[in-house]
Formats: sequence, structure tokens, C-alpha cells
Amino acid sequence: MRALDLKLLRDMRHIWAQSLAIALVLACGIMVMTLASGTQRSLTETRAAYYERHRFADVFASLTRAPKQVLDEIARIDGVTRVEGRVVFTALLDLENMREPASARVISLPASGGAILNLPLIRHGRLPEALHQNEVAISEPFADANRLRPGDTFRAILNGRKRELVVTGIVLSPEYIYTIGAGALMPDDRHFGLIWMRETASAPVKELEGAFNDLTLSLSRDANEAAVIDAVDRILAPYGGTGAYGRDRQPSNVFIDGELKQLGALATVQPPIFLVVSAFLVNMVLSRLVALDRAQIGLFKAVGYTTRTIALHYLKMTAGIGILGVLIGWGFGWWLGHEMTEMYTDFFRFPWLLYRPGPWQLVISGILGIAAVILGALRAVRASVRLAPAVAMSPPVPPVFQRGWADSLGEMLSLRQTTMMIVRSIIRWPGRAAVTLFGVSGSVAVLVVSFFTFDAIDLIMAELFEHTNRQDATLTLSGNLNDRAVIDAGNLPGVLRAEGIYAIPIRLVNGTQTRLVTLQARAPGAMLTQILDTEGRAITPSTAGVVLPEELARRLGVAPGDSLRIELLSPPRETWQVPVASVIRQSLGQDAYFDRDTLFHRLRQTPQVNMIHLAIDPNRLTDLQAKVQETPAIAGFTLWEDVRNEFVATLSESLITMSVIFATLGMLITVGVVYNAARIQLAERAHELASLRVLGFRRSEVGYVLVVEQMLLTVFAIPVGWLAGYGFALLMAQGFSTDVVTIPVVVTQRTFALAALIVLGSALGAVLFVMRRLDRVDIVSALKQKE
Amino acid sequence: MKTSILRTESITKVYHTGAVDVHALRGIDLSLFEGEVVVLLGASGSGKSTLLNILGGLDRPSEGRVFFRDEDLTRLSDSALTEFRRDHVGFVFQFYNLVPSLTARENVALVTEIAKIPMSPEEALDRVGLADRMSHFPAELSGGEQQRVAIARAIAKRPDILLCDEPTGALDSKTGTTVLEALIEVNRSLGTATALITHNAAIRRIAHRVIYMTDGRISHIEENAERVAPSEVSW
Ligand SMILES: Nc1ncnc2c1ncn2[C@@H]1O[C@H](COP(=O)(O)OP(=O)(O)O)[C@@H](O)[C@H]1O
Ligand SMILES: [Mg+2]
Repeated sequence: MRALDLKLLRDMRHIWAQSLAIALVLACGIMVMTLASGTQRSLTETRAAYYERHRFADVFASLTRAPKQVLDEIARIDGVTRVEGRVVFTALLDLENMREPASARVISLPASGGAILNLPLIRHGRLPEALHQNEVAISEPFADANRLRPGDTFRAILNGRKRELVVTGIVLSPEYIYTIGAGALMPDDRHFGLIWMRETASAPVKELEGAFNDLTLSLSRDANEAAVIDAVDRILAPYGGTGAYGRDRQPSNVFIDGELKQLGALATVQPPIFLVVSAFLVNMVLSRLVALDRAQIGLFKAVGYTTRTIALHYLKMTAGIGILGVLIGWGFGWWLGHEMTEMYTDFFRFPWLLYRPGPWQLVISGILGIAAVILGALRAVRASVRLAPAVAMSPPVPPVFQRGWADSLGEMLSLRQTTMMIVRSIIRWPGRAAVTLFGVSGSVAVLVVSFFTFDAIDLIMAELFEHTNRQDATLTLSGNLNDRAVIDAGNLPGVLRAEGIYAIPIRLVNGTQTRLVTLQARAPGAMLTQILDTEGRAITPSTAGVVLPEELARRLGVAPGDSLRIELLSPPRETWQVPVASVIRQSLGQDAYFDRDTLFHRLRQTPQVNMIHLAIDPNRLTDLQAKVQETPAIAGFTLWEDVRNEFVATLSESLITMSVIFATLGMLITVGVVYNAARIQLAERAHELASLRVLGFRRSEVGYVLVVEQMLLTVFAIPVGWLAGYGFALLMAQGFSTDVVTIPVVVTQRTFALAALIVLGSALGAVLFVMRRLDRVDIVSALKQKE
Repeated sequence: MKTSILRTESITKVYHTGAVDVHALRGIDLSLFEGEVVVLLGASGSGKSTLLNILGGLDRPSEGRVFFRDEDLTRLSDSALTEFRRDHVGFVFQFYNLVPSLTARENVALVTEIAKIPMSPEEALDRVGLADRMSHFPAELSGGEQQRVAIARAIAKRPDILLCDEPTGALDSKTGTTVLEALIEVNRSLGTATALITHNAAIRRIAHRVIYMTDGRISHIEENAERVAPSEVSW
């Protein structure tokens, strides 16, 4: 091996701990990139393969009732390849060992053979047979949650009568990778399931023999989706079509899209912090090394090594750190990415998992990682190149300390000389102080962003369960009913208060922007549910126009006062041009609100309801549930306690894991930065510190100089990090907000305080660890050293 | 007729430091001949190191010209000057300037790896009597041994010129003697023209010629009719 490379290896062994600290910081960035992009790609590929193999439809529509002949008409639309008309409805279930009612979406299968589109994937057993009217296949998550196996039976309320159904098969469907019941916020596999039934058995339940109320179709590769949707809407309008939509509005697909987008945000917001901090660290360590190697660099030049060779020598060392960091990052990223993809596969109910972190993502993250450290090295390397050989070999001039404002201040405050040493050192090497400051503030920022997730969730939860939804339960009615239904609901056992809601599907249109949402009208004087303005105050919808969630308005590109087109997707199927009255705060879901009297006046109808919120006496819940089960007009019953528990359970697992990871990463940055800064300081000032010892200072007094300088910089870094963290939280909120979830930007004092405490703790730990080396500094030899 | 290997034409060197200009060299005309040993004597600050650095292509004069054989060094680019040092000049410094992370052998290899017709590091170390210290790190060697490694490193490329700036300055007289012996031995066996700075007047007796410097000028040059071996010099 060449002598210069040997020197490189030995020098690296000498600074291995510092190199490792930098490599770890870099590895964190590479890991997050690899993890997020690998998971994102794997999920995308898994989903694509699943969709392809199981013929996930391209366009979906629901309607009231249409004869099957209409399907032929739809099949003739340009670009449509396959069409399937199904009977789909919601039924209440009566499960053993469960007092509260559960519900299921019943999906029809053709009278014979398999489905045409959205093919169920059979996990156990078989599909039901047409001859056996009571045979069904059920979704796997629902089967798992309720311990149902092929051969088991359960009861469903179909057409007002209890029917005993036999499970023949357990299946998964590309249409329901993410399953969520009507009106629910989170999947609840125990209380909501999917049931596949032969058409011959299910159509009579809704009196839809020879007809269908649900349409799915697939498109050819070059089809114009928007044109097909228009055509479908025109054909289905007379049959009560509520508006066709593409995959971009299909709930399960949209939810996964959101998740993929969040993974993308994860891959882009945080890693740059780590890369930039490692660049600064490389700069700090290498500058120090070049300063130490001064005489050697002079010698290399004197004996005829070219500047290029010398520059390359230091770049190689940097590349070594970079490669180490990238390899560690890849390793952990690969492994965690696999774990995370597995977690997603379980959560989302993919039948299998294709773990395919793309080679390109790896290559790109690797290049970015190496580029970051090389960039960090350039300044130091340039300094080495600039050294003139004759100058390099004469000992360096002692640093010039000048009397300045700091000294006058020190005298005024009569600071001790050891304290003055700290102040002068910071002023004398502002570059190094800045690197420490910047690095530590980066760490604070990473922690703030990590803990911010909890703040956002807390706020969403408070808004959702304490301010807007204060009802105990919600009844979903099987159709629109007269206002009297609310009074009837109030008379159900244990009901303390009942408030009716009328909700209809609409399409909002502003130019090219369209959204399918639910329009809600609440009873006057509603108390159980509330609408909050952007400041969090409860308001009632004005009679002046439609009220929209802030984020929805932003995405549609409208502000209060602007006019918006509303297309009613249920009778009377009119189109209205309505002003936006105001915007409100709504983090989860996207509902538009209208004043009730104004709505029914415009509809030229007497007020109706199709949902009823209840306040109930918890002691009489059992009676209420029993009564609800035997009331045919009630299609669904949601207990908000369950919703809340489900919400917490789903979020906490993945969130806590992520936050623990990020808190660790944040700590690693601080440790990396402070450890390096303290090591350099100790090495550079060994002579000075040894002199103090010779003069009779105690070890603790000497340590004071070292510890306090680092801690002082850490303290200064905290507010900077808070500010940066807030900025990153803003970016994160934007990146994580989807059509269904709006992440609020709230950072609590708890988060700021926690980030500061963790950073102070890690910094103190790192500098105390370095201080142990003071024991090993031999006073006499330190004084003899010429440097 | 002696042929000169290095020749200067009225070179000056001015350092501009802050308010005052330091005239380190004030017009030097000098020749260094093939195969000779020259000692540069003078008070501290008289410009010896500055002159040596310019002769070796580590630095450039403010005015005047330096010739290596027929080549004008002052007209060379930085990279050409690097090539000149790489191929023709060996340096030995007062503080040895060894790379602490490399062993004696590796320190020498540092130079042999980039030289055109080097001797092996083993041979170079053998010439300075350090064959048995080859795999020691600088920290494990005495000052005299370190300086001899530096000499081995300087001569391993078979340079035409060896330039030594106070090679014995940091050493006691006994170790200094072994270092000088190594230098004289190299000069005798390889014929390397050697210039040696010292402010120890006794050492002048080992040289062919002695150049006296005062205040940036050559005050006079004396030729030794009879040279003595380093072991006979006492200081
Ligand atoms: N890099 C420099 N910058 C400014 N002045 C210098 C520099 N190098 C040398 N000098 C000055 O030039 C003069 C000659 O120095 P030098 O050649 O080192 O003398 P010597 O080696 O004989 O002791 C001295 O006055 C010294 O202070
Ligand atoms: Mg000198």
C-alpha cells in the first residue's frame, strides 16, 4: 500500500470515534431516505400488482336502481373494457357475544361464476354457491376480529328479518385494502365487515331483481377517464346516479395514496437536515486535521507531491466517512423499510408483500450522502491546497487575541479568567462556534418536528371528540325520513337528547377543480355536534351560502365571498351557484355545511333527516342496542367511544415507533456535534489546559472551561432550533395533509421544552464523556509539544 | 573547471508584513557546484533559510533569477516547480518533519513512490545506519535517529542537490555528529551537491566552501584547504 494511504488509514484510526459520530449522523439521513422511499416504492408496486391481478376497477358509481340493460349502454361508451353492475347495501349484523350492533356492506357476486371486476382473493374456503341462498364469503379482517371460520354461522338483518348465514370462504378485495364503515373515521374490523353474496340471494333483499345499484368499470389504456365519467353520469342520471368517480376518489385507494404521499414527505423533509449537519461536521473535523497536518502538508509539497494528490488525500478520508455513513444508513434503512412495509401490509390488508426498494433510490441517496460530506470537506481541503510549503513548515503563528468589547464586558462583570478564556475562544473561532450552534439547532429542529406529530394528533383528537363531536352515538338511517324520526329516536331507551342531520352527496366545482363531498344540514340549535370557525369558536352556518373547511376551500381555490358551483348528486339533482359564506376548521374529513331552512327552502321540501346524533345514558346502553337491532329503519349504529379507542389504537402504535426513532436520531446529531467540537477543543487547547493544571488549577476547574463553552453554545442553539423546528413542522404539515386529513400546525410548549431538555442532556453527556480524556492528558508532555 | 548546478543572479527577497518591509535578501550572487559540500553560516535572521528555500524551489525571489543547470527556475509555473523539487532536490529540516503516523521505512517510501530512479527505502535507511530501526514510528526514535530518517528520506530519490536547514540544530553534539557523518557519507558515495545551514561555526570545517551571510548579503566566501571528518569537529 502506498505510504500516503497508510497515513490515511492510521489517521482515520486516530479519529475513528469522531469519524463514526459523523458517519452516524449521515447514516440517519440516508436511513430515513432509504426507509421512506423503499417503503413507498414497495407499497406502490405491491398495490399495482394486486390491482392488476385482481382487476381493480377504474370508475365507480352508485345509483338507486337501474335495469341491467343499462349495462350494455355503458359498455358501449368509448374506452370502457369491462362493466359490472352489482347490488350493494349495508346490513346490520347480530353477532354472538356482541351486544352492540355491527354492520356490513353486502356486495353481490354474479349468479354464477366469479366477479368480473374487483375479484375477491380467496384466503380460505370457497365462494358461496348460487343454489344455497344463505352462503356468504366474508372479508378476512372482519373474520379475524370476530373469529369466524368457514363453516361458522352468524345472523344478519336483511329486509327487516333475521337471517342465518353460513360462512363458506374468507376473502380479501383490492377494492377494500383499507376498509372503513359509513360515517366512521378509522377502520373497525370488529364492527364493520364485508359480505359477498350471490346476486340471487342479495337482490331480492332490496327488491333489485334484474337490476343493479352499484356500477364499476375498467378502462382501456388510452381511454379518457373524464369523458367516460361524464357519459356514465348522463346515462345514470335518470336512475338516481350519485356521480361516478375514478380511482382518485375511491376511498380505499385515496387513503393509500395519502399514505404514499406522507412517505414521500418523510423522505424529503428530514434527511436534508442530517446531510447538512454532517457536511458541517466534516468541515469542522477536517479543518482541524488540516491545521494539525500543516507541517506535513508543507513537507509533501516540498518533496514534490502535487497539490492534487494532497487534496485527494483529504478527500479520500472524507469519502471514507461518507461511505461508512451511507452503508450504515442503507443497512438500517433496508431493514426498517422491510419492517415498515410489513406493518403497512398488515394494516392495509394486502394479500402479499413485494419488498422492492428501488436500486435507484439507493444510488441517489448514496450520491447525496457522499456529495454532502465532500462539499463539507472542500473548504478545509482548499485551505490545505493554499498553504505555501515554506510557510507551512514554520510553526503556526499563535492566534491573535485582541482586546475588544468582550474584554471590557468581562471586566465590568468581573468575570473569572477561565470564563474569559471561554468567551475569547468563541469569539476567536467563530466558524467552529457557528458549526456547533448550527448542528445542535438542527438536532433541536428534528426533535421539535418529531414531537410536533403528537401535538397535531392531540389537537385533532380534541377538536374531533371534545369540540365538534360531543354525541355518544350516531344512528345512520336506511333512507331519508321525516323530521318526526328525531322525536322517535328521542324516545328510544336511554336516549337523553337526539339531533337530526340531513346529509347528501354533492359535487363542488370551481373551474377545473372538483371534489365529491357530503353536504350537511344540522337541526337548529344543535348542541351535540358543533362547527368551529378558524379561531375555534362554535358557529352556526349562515344563511348567506355554503360553509367549507379551510383546506377544502384552499384546494378548490375559493375564499369567502367567491361563488362556487354545487351539483346535487341525489334528487332533485340540480346545479346551484352559491357563494362561500365562511371557512371553518376541520382536520378530519371534508364536509360542506348549509343552513337547514335555507337548504330545504332551495330543495322545495319539508325538512328531512338521514342521520341522528344521540346523547345517551350509559347505564341503558344495552337496552338501546337491543332496540336498535330490531328497528329496520336504522342501518347503522356508531358508538363514539369505540371510534375514539380505535383512533388512538391505530395512531399510537405507528406514531410512537416513528417518534422514538426520530428522537434517537435527534439525540445522535447533538452527540455527534458536541462530541466532535469538544474533542477538537480539548486537542487544540491541551497545552493551554495543561498550563492551567501546572499553575495549580483543579481538574474540575479546567473541565469547567471545556464544559461551559460547549453548553453555552448549546443553550444559544436552542432558540434557533425552535425556530427552525417550527418551520419544518410547517413543511411537514403541508406534506402530510391529504384530501381527507388536514394536519394543523401547532407546536406546544411541551414539545419545545422536551426538545430543549433532550438536547441539553445529550450535549452534557457528550462533553462529560470527552472530559474523561482530561485524565489522560499528561501535563508535562502536553507542555513539551511544539504545537 | 567546476560546473555549477545551481546559480543565482542578484536575488532579493522582501517580505511585506504590515507596516514594515523586511528585506530578507538584498542581492545574492552564488553558485553551487556539482558534488561539493557548502556550509552557510550567519546570525539568526540573516536570511539563510530564505536563501535555501529559494534555491530549493520552495519559494520565489522578489527579484533576480535562479538557474538549475541552464533552466531558469524563476520562470517556472508552480506545477513545474513541484516537478523540479520532486526530481532533483532533497530537503532536511531542523525539526525533522516526519509523518508521525508512518514508520521510518514508510516515511522514506513516501518519497521513493513518487521518484524517478529511487533507491529502496531499506538501502536509504542502511546508508544512514538505521537498517535495524525500519519499522519504528517517529515517536519511538531519538532525535538523532529521526533526523537520520529525514536524511534517508531526502537522499532516497538520488537527488542532485541536498538542502539542509540546521539539521543539527535540535540535537546534542554526539547525535549531531552521527547526522553529519551520514550527510558526508552520502555526499561522498553519491556525489550529491549539499548545502547545509548552521549557526555553529565549528561545523564549517567539514565543508569544501563556507559562505558567510550578514543582513541579507554574502559577506565573504572561504575555501577550506583541508576538510575534517565530522567526528573531529567538537562543539
Ligand atoms: N514568512 C515571512 N514573513 C515575514 N518575514 C519573514 C518571513 N520569513 C522570514 N522573514 C524574515 O526574514 C528575515 C530572514 O529570515 P530567515 O531567512 O529565516 O533567517 P535565518 O534563517 O538566517 O535565521 C528575518 O528578519 C525574518 O524575520
Ligand atoms: Mg533559519
